[in-house]
Amino acid sequence: MKETKIKTRDLTLYYGAKMALNSISLDIPENEVTAFIGPSGCGKSTFLRTLNRMNDLIPTVRITGEVLVDTLNIYDKQIDVVNLRKKVGMVFQKSNPFTKSIFENVAYGPRINGINHKGQLGEIVENSLKKAFIWDEVKDRLHDSAMGLSGGQQQRMCIARTLAVEPEIILMDEPASALDPISTAKIEELIFELKKNYTIVIVTHNMQQAARVSDLTAFFYLGELIEYGKTKKIFTTPDKKHTEEYITGRFG
Amino acid sequence: MDNNAGHNRFVFTRDSLKKKFRLSEFLSEKIITGVAFLSIAIIVLIFFFVFRETLPIFHQKKEAAKVENVVKPEKYGSDANAGKTNSSGQEQYGVTTKDTMMIENKTPVEDTVVHGSDEATLKSLAGTQWLPVSDRPRYGLIPLFVGTLKITLIAMLFAAPIAILAALFSAAFAPYWLRELLKPAIELLAGFPSVVIGFFALMVMATFFQNIFGYDGRLNAFVGGVAMALAAIPIIFTITEDALTAIPHTYTEASLALGATRWQTALFVTLPAATPGIFAAILLGIGRVFGETMIALMATGNAALSSINPFESVRTLAATIGAEMAEVVFGDTHYSVLFLIGSMLFVFTFSLNALAEFYVKGKLVKRFQGKQS
Repeated sequence: MKETKIKTRDLTLYYGAKMALNSISLDIPENEVTAFIGPSGCGKSTFLRTLNRMNDLIPTVRITGEVLVDTLNIYDKQIDVVNLRKKVGMVFQKSNPFTKSIFENVAYGPRINGINHKGQLGEIVENSLKKAFIWDEVKDRLHDSAMGLSGGQQQRMCIARTLAVEPEIILMDEPASALDPISTAKIEELIFELKKNYTIVIVTHNMQQAARVSDLTAFFYLGELIEYGKTKKIFTTPDKKHTEEYITGRFG
Repeated sequence: MDNNAGHNRFVFTRDSLKKKFRLSEFLSEKIITGVAFLSIAIIVLIFFFVFRETLPIFHQKKEAAKVENVVKPEKYGSDANAGKTNSSGQEQYGVTTKDTMMIENKTPVEDTVVHGSDEATLKSLAGTQWLPVSDRPRYGLIPLFVGTLKITLIAMLFAAPIAILAALFSAAFAPYWLRELLKPAIELLAGFPSVVIGFFALMVMATFFQNIFGYDGRLNAFVGGVAMALAAIPIIFTITEDALTAIPHTYTEASLALGATRWQTALFVTLPAATPGIFAAILLGIGRVFGETMIALMATGNAALSSINPFESVRTLAATIGAEMAEVVFGDTHYSVLFLIGSMLFVFTFSLNALAEFYVKGKLVKRFQGKQS
């Protein structure tokens, strides 16, 4: 097993008075793909968003426990959320390009980090788009609006935008759920490529997708972590009956 | 319950499916339609009336000979001459009876002069003097335009940044409870009677600014402009705030997830995405200032000067109508010119609103269909 990148200890999260995550403890290894599965409302997206503190945006959220990224507790008062999010990037369910050109979209991250040199920006943009396998499709229209791209292209551009900030960890919240099978295949291929250099955590509703792309799988149900282990094992011989029932489609 | 439902169950037969005439539905539909069209009709009629009253000026130019015939029936009083004397009478305080007699005697001659000056009136519209009540009336609209533009500019310089920043704070930074308090509070200000703002400007702000800047004229474009800004801020604020909160939350999240601070997100993502809405807000604010009468009357000094000094008195288009319409001779050139100003105001605000509407729609459509970078 590779080195642990993210470690959570007794992570509990409340929305107001409602408990959404109950004492989750799990280790996410470096340079592997970890998938979270489970029925809607089971807390897997919420859990994903605690890993780069996106839940801070919701005023009623209260969190106890620890999340350690590279052994640092990210809920420590000393931690700067802005820098944390540069290290832990995120791709969302619905592709969300800014209403700017493709170039400006990808250059946004480096720009706010103070990189203004044109040549340098161009290089970053090109590299990021290449890493996201979309360079060939957009290289002739970098300065057109990103809104003109297809859904799948938009999503890959959003991944390129995340890569441009050079994170170490990429969180993906159902990145392919709104895409057609061909675009989905491209995203999955991309994830496979990316895990060489990044630690990837992906939430998905699509069981086959989890089986295809991930090395480890965690099954959530009603805010609890039911089972966590190698994807192969979870999908063939799960320990818990609950997991088996969900995977075989008998409930959920 | 179940039994009851069974009794009332809709029976699906050929008979029950027959078209039914529902009287209340029919009536309410017609009434609502009627009311809608009535309001449109009223606006169109007002528009029509204003323009019709403007026409005589242009009419006179083409057919100067017919002017008398057109004007005469509309004059109150014994004859046309009496009307003429009335119109210039205001400036003749302290004139002896003899002088008046002389003018009366001269009237046949003067009549032609006045005719000449009616054509001159048209030419004087582009002049720099607004002297509608004098022996030789001059209707130069330039000082009025300059005054109005000056006021609008000053008001916008104050209102736009304040309102937009306030909206940005409310939409992007304020905690939930504060926002719920702030928005309705500022929106309530939109209903603030402008006469109260004018009064405040007249009594408090004028003195306050005079103490700071030490200018001579207590009431001037600056005081008026700042007072107008108070009237325009709620409008700009509300619309900008709506535009900002309408930006999908996903944009904000995307930016924050890239490691942007809240300020960077607000400034580089939220604000640019809301530009069309903010533009519309500013245009509507300008429209409000442009048409504002009470504050202009009370706080601007009302002297039709065409200087660009912000600390001199000005007279706006709207204030001119407000001040003079009550004392003008019905059917007179002056009367028509006031209506001309009215139609100009109408056309201007109308095109501003239309611009706001179409610009916003066109821009948004372009943005989200991706035709624009």
